[in-house]
Formats: sequence, structure tokens, C-alpha cells
Amino acid sequence: MYSKGFRPLSIAAVLATGTALALIFFYAPNDADQGFIQKIFYVHVPMAIVALGGFVAGGIMGIRHLRTGDRSWDMRSYVAIHLSIILGAGVLITGAIWAKASWGHWWVWDEPVLVSFLVVWLLYCVYYPLRYSIEDPDRQARYSSVFAIAAGAFVPINFVAVRLAEAYTHPRVLSQTGGSLPGEMRLTFLVSTLAMTLLFVTLWKLELTSKHASMQLKRLRRRLEATA
Amino acid sequence: MIRTAATILRKDLRIELRTRESVPAMALFTVTVYVLFHFGLDRDSLDGELASGVLWVTLLLATVIGVSRLFATEREQGGIDALLLAPVDRTALFLAKAAALFLYLLALEVVAVPAFGLLLLGPDLVDTLPELPAILLLADVGLASVGALVAALAIETRARELIVPLLLLPLLVPLLIGAASATEPLLRGDQAAEGLGRFLALLAAYDAVFVLIAVAVFDFLLDD
Amino acid sequence: MAAAAIELERLERRYGERVALRGVSVRVEVGQTLVVLGANGAGKTTLLRVLATLLRPHGGACRVLGHDLPAAAWEVRGLIGYLGHDPLLYRDLTGRENLGYHARLRGVAPGRVGEQLKAVGMERRADEPVRELSKGMVQRLAVARATLHDPALLLLDEPRANLDPGAAEQLEPLIGRGSGRTRVMVTHDVEGGLTEADLALGLRGASQAFALRAAGVSPSEARGLYA
Repeated sequence: MYSKGFRPLSIAAVLATGTALALIFFYAPNDADQGFIQKIFYVHVPMAIVALGGFVAGGIMGIRHLRTGDRSWDMRSYVAIHLSIILGAGVLITGAIWAKASWGHWWVWDEPVLVSFLVVWLLYCVYYPLRYSIEDPDRQARYSSVFAIAAGAFVPINFVAVRLAEAYTHPRVLSQTGGSLPGEMRLTFLVSTLAMTLLFVTLWKLELTSKHASMQLKRLRRRLEATA
Repeated sequence: MIRTAATILRKDLRIELRTRESVPAMALFTVTVYVLFHFGLDRDSLDGELASGVLWVTLLLATVIGVSRLFATEREQGGIDALLLAPVDRTALFLAKAAALFLYLLALEVVAVPAFGLLLLGPDLVDTLPELPAILLLADVGLASVGALVAALAIETRARELIVPLLLLPLLVPLLIGAASATEPLLRGDQAAEGLGRFLALLAAYDAVFVLIAVAVFDFLLDD
Repeated sequence: MAAAAIELERLERRYGERVALRGVSVRVEVGQTLVVLGANGAGKTTLLRVLATLLRPHGGACRVLGHDLPAAAWEVRGLIGYLGHDPLLYRDLTGRENLGYHARLRGVAPGRVGEQLKAVGMERRADEPVRELSKGMVQRLAVARATLHDPALLLLDEPRANLDPGAAEQLEPLIGRGSGRTRVMVTHDVEGGLTEADLALGLRGASQAFALRAAGVSPSEARGLYA
């Protein structure tokens, strides 16, 4: 049910990832100030964008679930949030590495995007205990969707709030990852983001398919036991 | 709907007045935490960012207590079933619970803010506190609406006492930023607070978004 | 043909993957009493909670007082009186306050509160907190609460569990046959239940064992459900 178009999608994801890696290592120039380590940017930022997109998408799927009452939307929402939390851990780790390399500290509080991301990630980590401490499956799905919606709306508010606080205490000029990237870096960045997105969607479909299959299996086994 | 909300609110307040469970516990907790900060920071008086941070983080932690107890009477005595069996609109229930929490927070602050001034503020700063109510009121609306939503979300979970703080505190980070940043200049004795309007606007926007979300999703909670 | 008070067609309810109720089909006419028999865990309380709109049916058809569940749960809620294991009263409030609260929630005239207190014989102790009352008195108040809005359908789970015979008799006009209401009653008192009822539904292991006229069920047959 979820496997439609899976083959072309996974091929596209592999190709895009390969291209992105090639571009990162052989095409994009080394950064003038930061040198080679700056290339972690091509992993870190796309990962963050895709994770946040996944969180928000999870919220939208939660709305679909509550609107239609179709529990498969909750499953989609759950898998999207689950993968985004894993990516989120990657974002925090690559962010820390980058911070250590360029500022000499593993963590800096005056990087509003990273700080907001930490808050968002901490909130989403509560999704698991919330979801798995509700036993009734219908209720579990409904409460999880409510969480997904509230947390999805929280993401942008939190970014605005953290930026406001930082802008107040540490006034800064334009963000350096804005539109001012030179052409080669820009292309590499866009391809990396595309690759990360395709990878995310592929994994999302894969996970959904396997969840669906194991649920079917459980149902069949139960039926077999009932007839035996 | 307003009538139903008022009925539920009146019932909650009556039980709270009779049992004195939530507000005194919140107040006692707050004062205890101020004492802890005094020893933990080894300071007799605070000002500026530190004072504002201690004041607000403590209030947020006290809110956790209020939120954990918000549906306690339903859970332990009246039964959520009773509310479900009477045709009670979920929005009315949300309004009642958020209003109850809002009033508990106001009652708490009547005690907690003077206690804070007395215990942790330098004498010259105590006079600035009358400027606080606008910030407190805006923050309380946000605390009450997010609190009521979290209380309802956690109601069916087994580990309720864990879920409430874990869920509530990250959700309150923007509110903390707004409230603490708005309060900080006051506690520096800086009356010409720049950026105050910006943080009040942040608080107001936060309140509006979460009231709307809570009203929209509350229908899907508590019911089977 | 007038609409039945309750029409169930292969009703099913699950808790997760576990089936709590399956294949229950029964029709109760207005004014009739249905007694539900079965061992613990057979699904009696689940059935009652489905009828009370507290649990959604997962399969089959369920019509209560002419409304389809779960779609019309809202309409049904105003018409049923539910008396479960839990009295659904706030222990820190008095009986009068509890009833007044429910009266306001349901838009019932405040005068009903006094009438109900009188009807259950709790006038004298109406202003004591519920926590200070005995189980029997709490049950009387629970009966007053469940019948406050003059419901057309009563859902009763062991309604006389904590009542002495005198109290049970006093509450007859509210929850007994004489109330003229349609009733669904869960009980372990097989003989009493069968004599009181028009219809009997037997549940065994979440499934329907029988649904017959009560007069056609012998107590020994009914007792087979508990074996």
C-alpha cells in the first residue's frame, strides 16, 4: 500500500546522494576562512531543513488524521516525526562539530537557529513517552496527532522567539547562510538539500511499508491462532 | 457554552477553596525554590537578567504543579465520565480549565512576586515590581492555555507526572523568552525599557496561537 | 412499527487488538427492561459503556433511542441516565452541590435538585460532603444524579450493590420497573434479574451466548454462563 513508486524514488535518492557527495568533495570550493570543515554545512543545514520539514509535515498529517479519522495518517505522521527526531540528533551532532571547528566550542548559545533546534528537538523527544504510554490504539493515534499539531505550530513560534531574544542581546548583521552564497556553493547546497529530502521520503516510505507489513503479519497470525 | 464553562469553573474553584490543594502547594514550592536559589547561587540579592530568570523559571516550574493537578478532581473523584455523559462542549471544558489555571496563577503570583522581592531583590529594586502586572497577565494567559492543553494531553498516559513537565517546559520556552526579556530591564532599575513592546507582542502572539490551537484540538481529547 | 429504544446489530468493540465484545444483536422496545448476564470480563460493562456513548462501537450497527452511534453521541447523551460502578460525584462537594452542578450542566431546572434529594431520601444529609457519607448514601445520590434529567433510557451496572432492601425499595420509582423507563441492567443476581426483565442477554467470552425473552431463560441455563 505504501510501496507504490518506491523503486524509482529509491534510485533517485541514491543518485542524488551520490551526486551531492561528489559535489561536496570535488566541486564546492574550500571556504576561505574555515577551510575544509565548512563542508559539514552541506550535511548540517539540509538535514536541519528536512528535519523541520518533517516535523511540520507530521503536524499536517496529524490534521489529516483528525479530520478523516483514518489511522493510517497517524502512522504517516508518526514515521515522519520519528525520522525527523533521528535526523535532529544528526543536526545537533554536526552542529556541535562545526561549532567546535570554527569557534572552538562544542556548543554556542548565540547561534539562534541551533538553539531553537535544540528546544524543538527536546520537545519532540517527548513524543515517544507520550505515544507509548497510551494503550488504546485509537486514543494513542488521536493524542499523538494532537501533539503533532501543537508541536508543529510551536516550531515557527519558537524560531521567532529565540531569534528575537538573540537579536536583542547579540545584534548581528545578516545571517551568513542567506542568499549570499557563491554559485558553486549554492549549487552544492541545493543538490544536497534535494538529496536529503529524497532520502527522507525514501526512508519514510520504507519504514511505513515495513510497519504495515508487520501489522498485517500480526493480524494474520492472530487469525490463524483463532482458527487453529 | 460560556454558561457551561462558568459552571465547571465555579465547581473547580469551590473544590479548590475547600481542599486548598493546588494554589498553596504552588506558592510553597515557589518560596522554597527562591530559598534554594539563594543558597545555590550564594547571593543575598539579585538583579537584571539573573533576577528575571530566577523569577520566571520558578513560576514556570510552579505551573507544572498546577497543570498536573488540573484534572485531578475529575480523575480522582467526579470522574471524567460525568463530564462526557453530560453534553458538555469540549471548548467549554477547555475554557473552564484554562480559566481555573489562570486564576490559580494569579493567586500564586500575589504571594510569589512579593516573596521574590522580599527574599531576592535588592531594596532599591522592589519599587519596580508594580510594573510587572502587564507582563504577568500576558504570560498567565499563555501558561493557562498551554497548561490546560498539556493537562488534557497527559490525562490518558500512564506516566502522567513525567509527561507533564517534559511536555510543558519546552513548549513554554518562547513564553519564558518573552516574559524574562521583558522583565529584565525592570529589574535592572532601567525604566526606559527598550524592546519591551517587542516582547509583549511576542507574548501576545504566543497566547493567541496557543489559545486557537487548544480550542481546535481539544475536541479530540478526553473522548473515546 | 415504532422505533425501538435500542437496536444492536452484530455490535463489535475492541481494545486494541483484543476483542471485548463481538456479534451482539438485540432489540429492546421502549419501556422494556434488558438484563445483561455474564461472568466477569464477558463484556457486560463494555456493552453498557458503548450504549452510554463512552466507548465508540467498532463494528456493526448501534442505534439508541433512534440515533445512530457513534455519529449522534451528542443527542443520545442528553437522553440517557448512566449508573455505573463509580458514583461520578465529587467527594469534596455536598450532595446538593453535586446535583446542582449536574443540573446546570444539563440545563435542568434547579428545583429538580430538591425533588430528587427527597425522592432518594437524602434531604437531611444533602449538605454534607460526599466523602463523609456511607456507600449506601453515596449510591442514593448517584441514583439521584443519574435520573436528574428524567432520562428515557437507564443504563444500570449493579444498581443495588450497596443498597439495603429498604433503600432499594425506596429507589424503585426512579430506577425500577415502575419508572416506566427503558432499562439495560447488568447484574450478577441471576434470579432477580430474570424476574425483573423482559429480555435477557447472555454474554460469554466477549460474544453473545443468547438473547431471549427473559421468561424463556431458566436460571440454571443462565448460570451456565458463569461455569
